[in-house]
Amino acid sequence: MPSLPDMMTPDAEGLARQAGQGGAHAPAADADQDAFVEFLLRMGDNALILGHRNSEWCGHGPVLEEDIAMSNIALDLIGQTALWLGLAGEVEGKGRSADDLAYLRDAWDFRNLLLVERPNGDFGATLMRQFLFDAFHFLQLRALTGSADPRVAEIAQKALKEVSYHLERSAEQVIALGDGTAESHARMQAALDDQWGYAQEMFASDATDVTMAAAGIAPDPASLRKPWDDTVDAVLAQATLKRPESSFAHKGGKQGTHTEHLGYILAEMQFLQRAYPGASW
Amino acid sequence: MYAQLVKSEGKSQAELTPEDIAFQERIDRGEKIEPKEWMPEGYRKTLIRQIGQHAHSEIVGQLPEGNWITRAPTLERKQILLAKVQDEAGHGLYLYCAAETLGVSRDQLLEKLHSGEMKYSSIFNYPTLTWADMGAVGWLVDGAAIMNQVPLQRTSYGPYSRAMIRICKEESFHQRQGYAIMMKMATGTPEQKRMAQDALNRLWYPSLMMFGPSDKDSVHSVQSMAWKIKMNSNDELRQKFVDQTVPQAEYLGLTVPDPNLKWNEEKGGYDFSEPDWDEFYQVLKGNGPCNKERLGARVKAWEDGAWYRDAMVAHAKKKAARAVAAE
Repeated sequence: MPSLPDMMTPDAEGLARQAGQGGAHAPAADADQDAFVEFLLRMGDNALILGHRNSEWCGHGPVLEEDIAMSNIALDLIGQTALWLGLAGEVEGKGRSADDLAYLRDAWDFRNLLLVERPNGDFGATLMRQFLFDAFHFLQLRALTGSADPRVAEIAQKALKEVSYHLERSAEQVIALGDGTAESHARMQAALDDQWGYAQEMFASDATDVTMAAAGIAPDPASLRKPWDDTVDAVLAQATLKRPESSFAHKGGKQGTHTEHLGYILAEMQFLQRAYPGASW
Repeated sequence: MYAQLVKSEGKSQAELTPEDIAFQERIDRGEKIEPKEWMPEGYRKTLIRQIGQHAHSEIVGQLPEGNWITRAPTLERKQILLAKVQDEAGHGLYLYCAAETLGVSRDQLLEKLHSGEMKYSSIFNYPTLTWADMGAVGWLVDGAAIMNQVPLQRTSYGPYSRAMIRICKEESFHQRQGYAIMMKMATGTPEQKRMAQDALNRLWYPSLMMFGPSDKDSVHSVQSMAWKIKMNSNDELRQKFVDQTVPQAEYLGLTVPDPNLKWNEEKGGYDFSEPDWDEFYQVLKGNGPCNKERLGARVKAWEDGAWYRDAMVAHAKKKAARAVAAE
C-alpha cells in the first residue's frame, strides 16, 4: 500500500519552498489591480449577500409597512451589487459580468463580511445586523465619494443616498425596539451580543485595505472605527442597550473563509445558473 | 380577479326604503359614493367582504412569487421580481386602507383571514414549481386580475375606485414582466421551453377559475352589479381573458392545454373547456395543494411579529409621554 509522504521531512519542506518560488513575481501595478478587484468584490458581495438575506423577509414581515421597507432595502442593495460587481468585472478584464461574478463563483471566492451572511433570526436580529452594518457602510461610502477612482466615487455617491436612509431607519428601529417592551429589549440585547463579534471584522484591515488606502481609492477600514463607535454608542444609549465589552472579532469573510451559512445561500441563489449552464433568463 | 363568490347583501324590492332608492339613483347616475355619506348596510358589508378579500389576495399573493426571489437567475430578474412582490404588498396596503374607510380595521380583517372566515383568491393555493411559473403568474394571473380590475376603476365606491386606478397602473407592468419572462423561456433552450409549456399547462385552468363560477351558478352577482361593485359577469370576463390570451400563447409557440379550444366565428370569440369546478370548490374549502402553507405562512408572520408590533406601540407611547413631560 503506497503511503503518503511525510510532511515533516526536509524533502517536503524543500518541495514547499520550490512551489512557493514557482510563480513569477507580479509587478506592483498588477498587485494594485488585484487589490482593486478584491476591494470591489468586497463591496459587491456585502451588498449582494445582505440584500439576499433581507429579501428572505419579503411576504413574511411583522407588519405590511415593514415588509415593504425591508424589500426596499434589499432592492437598493441588489442594485448596488450590480454596480460594484459590474466594475469588478471590468477592472478584472476577463470578460466576467456582474451576473457571472454573482452566480458562478463558489463560496471561497466570495469576499463579504461574515456579519452579512448570518441567518436572519427574528425581525429584531435582522434589524440589529442591518444597523451595525449600515453605520459602517454609511461611513465607508461617504469616504468613497472622495475616491481617487472616479468610477468608485460615482457608485458611492449613488449608494450613499440610499444608505443614509437605511441607517436612519435601522437606527430608529433599534432605538424603538430596545426601548419598547421588556421582551423586545431582551431580544435586541441578545441580537447585539450575538452579532457583536461579527461586526468587528468590518474594521480589521488587511494588505488589500492598506494598498487601497495608499492608492487613495478607499479608506482604511480601521480609520472608520472611531466614528462608527460614536454612532453606535449614541444609538445604543437611546435604545437602552448595553454595548458588549468583548473586542473579539470573528474574521475571514473578506479573505474568503466563510461560515457554513454562505454555502447554503449560494446553493439557493445560484441554482438556476448552475442547473442550466449557458441559458439566458 | 381577486374576489370570488363574494356574498352580496341585497334587499328584496318590497323592503327598499326611500333612502335605498335614492342611493341606487345616485349610482345609476354614475356618482361616486364617499366614506362619510349614507349607504345601505348591505352595500357597506358587501364592499368590506370584497375589498377585504381582494386585500388578502394581494398579501397571500406575495407568497407564490416570493418563493422564487432567493432563486431568481440574474441580478436584474431578482430586482424585478422583488419590486413586483413588493408592489403586491403595497396593493394590500391601499386596499386595507380603502376597507378602513368603511369602518373595519386592518387588524380585524387580518384576524378573519387567519381564522379562515375570510378567503383570498383560489389561485394562490397553487404552487410555483419552476422559474417559468414566475412568467406564467405575471402573464396569466396578473392578466386575469387586470381583466377584472380595469372595469373596477369605475366602481361606485370612491376609495375603492381610486385604489384600483393606482393598482391597475402597476399591474400592467407586472403582466408585461411576466410575459417577458415567458418570451425568454419560450425562445430559450429546450429545457426552458419545456418549463414554459409546463407552467402554462398547470396554471391555465386555475387562471380561468379566478373569474369565479359560471354565471348560472353565481348567486350574488345581480345585487353587486346594480351597486356597481361588480362591473361585468364572470363568464363575460372569462371569455374576454381567453380571447386575449390565446393569441399571446400562440405567439410564444406554446399550446393552451385544451383540446376543445376553437375559434367561433359566429360569436367572435373562442369556444373553450370549463375548468374543473369540483377542484375549484375543493380549493376554496381548503383542499388545494398549498392552502395550509399559504395561510400558515401568513399566520406565522403575524404571530412571530406580535412582539415587534407591541414594542413599536410601547415605544410610541413612552416617547409621547416623554414629550409631554418635557413640556
